[in-house]
Amino acid sequence: MYNHMVVQLAEQTDADRLFHALADATRRDIVTRALAREHSVSDLARSYPMSFAAVQKHVAVLERAELVTKRRKGREQLVRGNIDAVRRTHRLLEEFEAQWLDRLDRFATVLADDLDRRPDPTDDTERRSAR
Amino acid sequence: MTVTSVSRTTDTRTMTFTAEFDAPVSRVWNLWEDPRLLERWWGPPTYPATFEDHDLRPGGRSNYFMTGPEGDTPRGWWKALSVDPPNHFEFENGMAGPDGEPDPAMPSMVVKVTLEERHQGGTRMISEIEYPSTEAMEKFLSMGMEEGMTLAMGQMDALL
Repeated sequence: MYNHMVVQLAEQTDADRLFHALADATRRDIVTRALAREHSVSDLARSYPMSFAAVQKHVAVLERAELVTKRRKGREQLVRGNIDAVRRTHRLLEEFEAQWLDRLDRFATVLADDLDRRPDPTDDTERRSAR
Repeated sequence: MTVTSVSRTTDTRTMTFTAEFDAPVSRVWNLWEDPRLLERWWGPPTYPATFEDHDLRPGGRSNYFMTGPEGDTPRGWWKALSVDPPNHFEFENGMAGPDGEPDPAMPSMVVKVTLEERHQGGTRMISEIEYPSTEAMEKFLSMGMEEGMTLAMGQMDALL
């Protein structure tokens, strides 16, 4: 299953936006794998051309974002993706972004209207100094 | 207006919007400084904002409320953190209780706005928003969100 997901993910042209909460490809890949099944950190570390410590650091970043949870089993640290958090974070950031884009849209409309009403930009210099 | 970029940085929980306008910096600044202009764009049409106080000076406080379709009036506040007219300012934005006092249980976010003159004329506005935790963001979004607003979840849903 995770292979299927990885393939799908690799096909996304806009993976950054999909996994907007994730800044880089390795972290996206870790979440994708960990959503499919639990992985140990050492298992994950073998999958990437980087040190165990580097992978552990990536996992810590994901854990802080609550995109994965980590539990200890003997000497191993097991990582599992938090699907609810992934979905929820995605939805929230999309909404948050949409809200600001709407706001910028209104900003532009009000600005254009204000320029129409008071075309002379020196107006506001006078207005400001009058305060 | 053109939004030239939107970027998100997860580690620092920031979202950065860059927009360009064919208007001088001073006129763009006015839309933030003048409460009568500000309230025309701060809230969505379904939740227009009314600024009762607005003081864009360091430490200055702004108090506003939004009026919803059901007559509900969620309240919010700004606190100006640093102000360097007409090019830069930072403010904290949060929600307030019915008495207008900041509600400590409610989240706040920090917004940094930079206005630069473009070489070819006009203004580049960079808004950097340090958004709160996921839980906090949920509360923010519930304030002044258009009812029934549905947003494309894109291919993420298909993937999941």
